[in-house]
Amino acid sequence: MNPGTTTSIKRMIRQEVFPTPFCPGCGHGILLGAILRAIDELGWSMDEFLFVSGIGCGGWIPSPHFAADTLHVTHGRAIAFATGAKLFNPELKVVVIGGDGDLASIGGNHLIHGARRNIDLTVICANNMIYGMTGGQVTPTTPHGAYTMTTPQGNPERPFDLCQLVAAAGASYVARYSVYHVRQLIRSLKRALQHPGFSFVEVLSSCPVQYGRRNELRSPVAMLNYFREHCVPISRAHTMDSAELADKIVIGEFVR
Amino acid sequence: MVESKYMPLDGANAVSQAMRQINPDVVAAYPITPQTAVVQNFSQYVADGLVDTEFVPVESEHAAMSACVGASAAGARVMTATAANGLALMWEMLYIASGMRLPIVLTVVNRALSSPLNIHCDHSDSMGARDSGWLQLYAETGQEAYDNTIKAIRIAEHPDILLPVMSCQDGFITGHGVERVGILPDEAVQEFVGTYHPKYSLLDTDHPVTMGAWDFTDYYFEHKRQQTEAMNNALPIVKQIFREYEELSGRPQSIVDMWGMDDADYAIIVLASTAGTTRTVAREWRARGIKVGVIKPRVYRPFPAQEIIEAIKNCKAVAVLDRAISFGTPLGAGPLFTDITSALYNEGITGLPVVDYIYGLGGRDTVPPMIESVYQDLQEIAATGERGALVRYLGLRE
Repeated sequence: MNPGTTTSIKRMIRQEVFPTPFCPGCGHGILLGAILRAIDELGWSMDEFLFVSGIGCGGWIPSPHFAADTLHVTHGRAIAFATGAKLFNPELKVVVIGGDGDLASIGGNHLIHGARRNIDLTVICANNMIYGMTGGQVTPTTPHGAYTMTTPQGNPERPFDLCQLVAAAGASYVARYSVYHVRQLIRSLKRALQHPGFSFVEVLSSCPVQYGRRNELRSPVAMLNYFREHCVPISRAHTMDSAELADKIVIGEFVR
Repeated sequence: MVESKYMPLDGANAVSQAMRQINPDVVAAYPITPQTAVVQNFSQYVADGLVDTEFVPVESEHAAMSACVGASAAGARVMTATAANGLALMWEMLYIASGMRLPIVLTVVNRALSSPLNIHCDHSDSMGARDSGWLQLYAETGQEAYDNTIKAIRIAEHPDILLPVMSCQDGFITGHGVERVGILPDEAVQEFVGTYHPKYSLLDTDHPVTMGAWDFTDYYFEHKRQQTEAMNNALPIVKQIFREYEELSGRPQSIVDMWGMDDADYAIIVLASTAGTTRTVAREWRARGIKVGVIKPRVYRPFPAQEIIEAIKNCKAVAVLDRAISFGTPLGAGPLFTDITSALYNEGITGLPVVDYIYGLGGRDTVPPMIESVYQDLQEIAATGERGALVRYLGLRE
């Protein structure tokens, strides 16, 4: 069985809980697959892992789907719980998977302190730019001007650049990709999982149901096309001026 | 009395409508199921310019209540809403709000506390906060949630109370359930709640004050005595405000709702939406000639002991329904039960058999046959004189 194939990763999933709770067109299923493919391609066993997740759509990626130890905890605190587990059992590969609302908003303090401490955790942030599960409210990663249920006139605030934030706080591996860039994403996840120290991968994930439909990206394809058209690699971003970069999302490895 | 306009609203939306009419100065909130709709609808009113409120969607419930405390200390009329773990995350700030005597009004759309993770209704969230110095109101219906929200403003801001108020309703059951809700005219609500004139506020530079400053062995105790005194004396004022609202709305507003209690042999005491199910069963049993009654406290903190004891003292047997466990109490009884039984003892009533039923945890449905089984148990207790198990479970599989 070739590692990373759909047939191969099926044994890493609790198939009895399928179908997933994700909405049609949600990018989190792509990310779920990408994480498992990365682990499988590395030849690692799910028995070596603890997956910690909080509250929100992103928290559902490992729990209950992964056939591994999972700890499903309170909103925002996954990194703090994971810190405790890692300290007691440093041999364990501890991976935190959460959404932008979970990790960057209510749990933002734990994110920067995990990075500052450079503790050996892998944190994967499924950033769909919205609180999806509660019905589409503004988050700290919602783009300026975007429409949400709580910003019906457009978001007046600026979003976090999570990669810059975590890099500045001291993380030793920092990367950003989208669920459209799935091969680069898998490569990055493999590096993050192998990296000793705090590794952070921000994954832009499509949410046509809660985000897209209020922002002229109603279909799953429209959201993936948005990522294709708006994401620029770091090397190209260096050649662009601020006006050209205004509506672009820079992807790649920021700290390695 | 003014005429209400009737609209099909869910309980969350009914509270948003009340908030629109109250037009608070500041709302700071964070989304959590099943509260989200309350603030989400309200944010639409802000965007549409229907209210003058400064609305801020903050980064957590801890931040939400902190911002509310700051705004209230600065002299604003402040409202917010939450549920379950959101309320738990506010815990630290709940005591700051009541200790600073800030009249914040918080809607709680009751939901079970994790772990394990559950989004459905029980009262474990607000019951855990019952000792935090907040007044607590419980609504049976969306209509009551609307009415309580408006009354809560007057209660909190009353100069002899000056304490925050938690206005609770059952998550999903009333929070998401659409019903016919009577909405008062905007101007009637505005007149009823009036304008808030804080006695002390920050940014009043002619009268500088310090709030929350350190207060050790010298005066902390005295300040807590004042706080408990305000709570102890609140009930007559709450009653008066309920009465005024009854005159305005034409809807009965007793602090403890009584059904069939004039001559009841068997009584069930229950908070919030399950009171409706209980009354439905009680009506059928009354039609069969069995003297049953229902007691539904609308106010839980301060606890209306006198009203409840007066109503049940001549019963043959009484059941309390608790939608939360107070872990570690004798046999794991619920908070309502422990309050009622201690009140009975204090009044010197010791012969009345009272049993507790834990029900509906994590949103487990409580259906009429379960209530019938409770009345049957009460009949049996009265007939045999054997109280039996003190704490029982309704609808539990074991």
